[in-house]
Amino acid sequence: MAETITAEDPLTGEEIEIPADVEVGEIVDSPATGAELEVVSVDPITLEEAPELEEDWGE
Amino acid sequence: MKVGLLYSRIRKDEKLLLTELRDRGHEVEKIDVRKEQFNIAEPPESFEGCDIVVDRCLSTSRSLYTTQFLDAYGIPVVNSAHTADVCADKVKNSLALERAGVPTPNTEVAFTVESAMETIEKFGYPCVLKPVVGSWGRLMAKVDSPSAAEAILEHKATLGHYQHKVFYVQEFVEKPGRDIRVLAADGEPIAAETRSSDHWLTNAAKGGEVAEFELDDRAKELVAAASDAVGGGLLGIDLMETGSDYTVHEVNHNVEFKALNEAVDLDVPGAVVDWLESKAEQATGTEAAV
Repeated sequence: MAETITAEDPLTGEEIEIPADVEVGEIVDSPATGAELEVVSVDPITLEEAPELEEDWGE
Repeated sequence: MKVGLLYSRIRKDEKLLLTELRDRGHEVEKIDVRKEQFNIAEPPESFEGCDIVVDRCLSTSRSLYTTQFLDAYGIPVVNSAHTADVCADKVKNSLALERAGVPTPNTEVAFTVESAMETIEKFGYPCVLKPVVGSWGRLMAKVDSPSAAEAILEHKATLGHYQHKVFYVQEFVEKPGRDIRVLAADGEPIAAETRSSDHWLTNAAKGGEVAEFELDDRAKELVAAASDAVGGGLLGIDLMETGSDYTVHEVNHNVEFKALNEAVDLDVPGAVVDWLESKAEQATGTEAAV
C-alpha cells in the first residue's frame, strides 16, 4: 500500500487521503466526490478544483 | 542534463517521465505554461540552462505556440514546432501521410454543409466525420445514413468555432475490432499495443482494452515512413489492419503512454528517457551529463 497524506478537499472541506508523493501540477481524484483536484502546493499541501476539460486538450 | 518539462497538468505519463529523469540524476525544471509569459525576443527565465525541453502541454494551442517560441529562442524542444503543427491538425496530418506515400484512409475536406453532403454521398455509408483539431475520440461521428449526415453537419455548422465548419470526411475502414498504437521515437518503435472494443471507436481514452502487439516488418516500415512524414519525434502512430495491409489513420505528437507501459513488459518511460538523452546529446554536441 502506497503511503498517503491527508489534505483538505476544497469542494467539500473534508480531509481526504492522497498519495504522499504527489507534486505540484498533479491531478488527484477526490475519494469523496470523484472530482478532479489539482495539487497547487505541497508545503503545505493545497488542493484546488482542477480546470475543466477544454476542447483542444488531448494527445 | 537539464530537462525542461512544459506542462499544465501532471498526468500519470508526466509523472512516469519525471520519476525516470530524476532517478537517473538529471535536473528537471517543471515549467507550468499557465504561469509563463512568452516574449518574442527574450525567453522566460524558467528555460535558462535547459539542454532540452519536452513539450507535454495537454492543450494543443499551447503546445503549438510554445514550441514555436522555443524554436525562435534556439532552445531544443521535442517534439518540434513543425511536428506539432502537422500532427495537431488532421488535415495537415492526412496530407503529410498521403504526400509521403503512406497508406491512409481516403479523406476529403469541404467547407459548406452542401459540399460536405456531396462528399459523404460519394464515399457512401458508413463514413466518418472528424473535427480537424481534437483528441481522445471526441466529436467523432460515424455517419450511417443521409438523415444522420444532415443532422451532424447542421450541428457542426452551429457549434461556433470556425474549425467545426471545416468538414473533414473520411472513408470508414472495416477494422477487426481493434486498432494498433505504436509508440515510436524518430521512427523507431519503442512498443506497440492493440486497442480493442465492440465500439467503432477503440481509443484507450474511450475505454478500449489494450494488449501488447508484435509489429511485423511492414508495420515497422510504415511507422518509420509516417514518422518521417510529420517531421519525426516521439509519436503515437495509429494503424488499422485492412486484411492485406495496414492503413495509418493518425500520428499524435503529444503521446500518452501510461496504458502502453502497463500492457508491455518493456520499461516504456526508461526507453523514452534513453531517447531524450540522445536528443539532448545531439542538440548540445556532448554526452548527456548527469
